[in-house]
Amino acid sequence: MSWLSLIFGEKKSTASVAKERLQLIIARERAGLAGPDFLPDLQKDLVAVISKYVPVNPDDIKVGLEKQGNYEVIEVNIVLPDTGRPV
Amino acid sequence: MSTIVTVTSGKGGVGKTTTSASIATGLALRGFKTAVIDFDVGLRNLDLIMGCERRVVYDFVNVIQGDANLSQALIKDKHTDNLFVLPASQTRDKDALTEAGVEAVLKELQHQGFEYIVCDSPAGIEHGAIMALTFADEAIIVTNPEVSSVRDSDRILGILQSKSRRAVEGREPVKEHLLVTRYSPKRAHEGEMLTYTDIQELLRIPLLGVTPESDAVLHASNQGVPAILQKDTPVAEAYLDAVARFLGETRPLRFVEYEKPGLIKRLFGGK
Repeated sequence: MSWLSLIFGEKKSTASVAKERLQLIIARERAGLAGPDFLPDLQKDLVAVISKYVPVNPDDIKVGLEKQGNYEVIEVNIVLPDTGRPV
Repeated sequence: MSTIVTVTSGKGGVGKTTTSASIATGLALRGFKTAVIDFDVGLRNLDLIMGCERRVVYDFVNVIQGDANLSQALIKDKHTDNLFVLPASQTRDKDALTEAGVEAVLKELQHQGFEYIVCDSPAGIEHGAIMALTFADEAIIVTNPEVSSVRDSDRILGILQSKSRRAVEGREPVKEHLLVTRYSPKRAHEGEMLTYTDIQELLRIPLLGVTPESDAVLHASNQGVPAILQKDTPVAEAYLDAVARFLGETRPLRFVEYEKPGLIKRLFGGK
């Protein structure tokens, strides 16, 4: 608050910590609540399609919803099995 | 046509009943025929805040169940003309508040020429809170500058946008208003408290007003007089401003900037 704190550096105000925490949790809860219920089905279908070409484990495909600014982004993460040889 | 205004928050103790009493009184002061209904079945308190607890004979549930008619249950407010209070029941049966019953009572109030019907929601997201917001045309979200209150407000906004009649029927959505209560400009200035702009950024709904933390609120409830009637106190002025904005007027925000006490004040004390 004073020139002393300017010199010695100041801890972040607790209010700004509160705001950051709320931004994160509110974004997550909004995504969760408005969250489309099709994600599990999408994941299942993706597993089925990809399995036609590459053997994958259902757990190796992760489907998630992320919020970036005003956009919602569906993120699909596929870990291909390490076969030790080029596919 | 009457407008149904729900005062809600999710979290308890943030000032829903204080706000319901003050906003309803403010609307009545402006000449609108207004009813304020307590939806907190089992934990009624609006009657105490309005100072009519000794005049409760019949209540909301009595009317729904047909044990009394609406005119018998409505209590005429002694402070303000045009204002009537419908107290909650003290029964422990929460399901006494049926959706059809609530709708019938609201219709009857409309029929009797009430222009504003203020619904004082209970805390939480249980049946009573849902009933209070189901028929809302407008909603006042009461929020304290504090993490749990802000989060719960966001939650109740989500419920409003999915469970209200307007949402279910795909009509024009419930008009949302943010009211920040118990605000301390000094603490916000010093970085100890979320500012009202922080809260508005987080919740993303239009700001209806900011009422300051104030001793006057306890004085008001002690006496059973709505806070808005505590003449010349900042909190009453802030509620009067909020009512004006609710009615579409433009008013600058007051009591939100921290003024450093001058030298004389610092030397001689004072609040």
